[in-house]
Amino acid sequence: MRTPLRPLARILKARETGENPDVIEAENRARRHAAAQDKARNRAEGRLLLLGLMFFCAFIVIGARMGTLASSVPEEPRAAAEGNPIIGQRSDIVDRNGRLLATNLDTYSLYAHPHQMVDPVRTATQLAAIFPEMNEERLIADFTGQRRFLWLRRQLSPEQMQAVHDIGSPGLLFGPREMRLYPNGALAAHILGGARYGREGVSSAEVIGVAGVERQFDAFLRDPANEGAPLQLSIDLSIQAATEQVLAGGMSLMNAKGATAVLMDIHSGEIIAMASLPDFDPNNRPQVATTGDQSDSPLFNRAVQGVYELGSVFKIFAVAQAMELGLINANTMIDTTNPLTWGRFRIRDFRNYGPQNSATNVIVKSSNVGTARIAMQIGGERQRSFLGQLGLLQATPVEMIEAPTGAPLLPRNWSEISTMTISYGHGLSSSPLHLAAAYAAMVNGGTKVEPTLLVNPVPTPGPRVVSQAVSDSIVNMLRLTVTEGTASMGDVEGYEVGGKTGTADKPRAAGGGYYPDKVIATFASVFPASDPQYVLIVTLDEPIETSGTEPRRTAGWTAVPVAAEIIRRTAPLLGLRPQMDMGEPVGITLTSN
Amino acid sequence: MRTFLFVFSFFAVIGLAFWAYQENYSTQTAVREVRGLYSEIGAAHDRLQMLRAEWAYLNRPDRLADLADLNFDRLGLLPLRPEAFGQVSQIIYPIPPILPITDPIELSSDMFDLAEDPL
Repeated sequence: MRTPLRPLARILKARETGENPDVIEAENRARRHAAAQDKARNRAEGRLLLLGLMFFCAFIVIGARMGTLASSVPEEPRAAAEGNPIIGQRSDIVDRNGRLLATNLDTYSLYAHPHQMVDPVRTATQLAAIFPEMNEERLIADFTGQRRFLWLRRQLSPEQMQAVHDIGSPGLLFGPREMRLYPNGALAAHILGGARYGREGVSSAEVIGVAGVERQFDAFLRDPANEGAPLQLSIDLSIQAATEQVLAGGMSLMNAKGATAVLMDIHSGEIIAMASLPDFDPNNRPQVATTGDQSDSPLFNRAVQGVYELGSVFKIFAVAQAMELGLINANTMIDTTNPLTWGRFRIRDFRNYGPQNSATNVIVKSSNVGTARIAMQIGGERQRSFLGQLGLLQATPVEMIEAPTGAPLLPRNWSEISTMTISYGHGLSSSPLHLAAAYAAMVNGGTKVEPTLLVNPVPTPGPRVVSQAVSDSIVNMLRLTVTEGTASMGDVEGYEVGGKTGTADKPRAAGGGYYPDKVIATFASVFPASDPQYVLIVTLDEPIETSGTEPRRTAGWTAVPVAAEIIRRTAPLLGLRPQMDMGEPVGITLTSN
Repeated sequence: MRTFLFVFSFFAVIGLAFWAYQENYSTQTAVREVRGLYSEIGAAHDRLQMLRAEWAYLNRPDRLADLADLNFDRLGLLPLRPEAFGQVSQIIYPIPPILPITDPIELSSDMFDLAEDPL
């Protein structure tokens, strides 16, 4: 109830007693003021309390949330619709037509918790019976010892898993994981490389590439953002298989210790097939050899890593450059007086080809002397820059982890004699893949080609190396070498094969000259000559052809027939129609109106 | 008017609470369903992967070559060779079937004479 400031009764009374009634008013005013202050304070305190309570609750909620986040197992947000949560596997590798080269299989690893075993000895005995590679005594020692965790096997087949399951021991546990599978076995083994396990856990294991494209594209293959998109290579499965089969047959017929073949599209640089023998099964990749010559290991990729002096196949580069520079043309007569003496060196031909030969004949008959004379006209500096333009002085840019190890071996001092020997393929070592790319550049109209293992449907021509006219006459010379020259066994009816042979003595591993009876035989071919599409390089390591009275080692007798058979098998698969001379078309009458 | 606002907001709160409750549960159901579908798709994907791997393994070139050799008598399969290419004119078109003989002529070879060959 509101008290008046000047209550009439008290005022009257005060007036009667002579007091100042204003005192009463002041007193009442002060009281009213105090009451208002109390009320305001109470309200403010209440608000503060409420605010404090809210802050307290907010802190509690945030703190509790942080606590649960910190202590709980992370979980993927289920409702988020980003990406495809199902495909988390390593991507497949497929060939140019989409056929599988590498894929994954679900499998299980086997591990043990010995402290959970009821009868460790029986478990060990039965495990050793299932897996012949396990040692029973060691298993018993492990199971009855102090160990609490033990890996037993990396991967199990379903039958093995069932057999282990049937043991019924609670201490034997399975962990799901993936294994890399190469369904075609040893096919394209060097290109694919292989895979192994990285970090291993009981619930999953990391699969990482160890060599070849598996290692080169490891990040791409493991990237979940690809959503399982496969890695498509330029290899063609059927052609690769045919190449490997013919090459293996040729290698054993020619008693060679190794062999390699590279089939390449000359316009795009796509490698259609690349084989290196001996090979291995990437499903069961052998250990890296720790002793002996690495190049004898089946893991060694001769096509990419094997740098050899490839011999006379290099002659075409000297002739092409001289023609490009306008020094000679296809009919210019070259002095081929045998032997050519230069200081203390003497360059000889396989046979005496007479005092003079045309440039075409220098290639067709494979004259070292003639090529050396052409190289002298060109000079070392220009030769070096030309070979550099062809990519013969650096490692190939092919997409394999081994590519940098296939860097060419160059002479320390590019002297005049080096210029001469390099012109016919001695003194500079390069890989068959280098040669394939350089030949592709020679015959595709004269533009540089970079070898690639990825599909490249729209090739962009590289920088020009030689003119179209020079390229055409090179193809013509190569064709003549097959029809009239050293590679006569290379003619495949209908496919107009052109090519150049090369037989190079093998340098001694310890240095100091060459072996007298060991050669590298190479055939670099291009087909079909009327419209070049593909180059094929076949190299045999230490071949001996023994069908005649004396052993023959020259490429014309060894590498050429193998290459011809590869072309006979692969050209139809490449969709090339043989150019048969069918005579006049039958049943067609020319009419005009 | 104020009373009406109070009553209205009270029922609105009740209604919204009910709606939120329902949405919560339907969301949970949907998430559960999606999870189930994902695991189903995952299983199907695994199965598909296994089938693809098996197909690739069964169709590996080595095996096909061996099978072609084994069944050469029956199938006569050879590697594709240049001779396999031909011309359109080399194709033998199917011979048109002989029309049924509706008007047979009796022939006898007793009096066979080339000059009077009815055909």
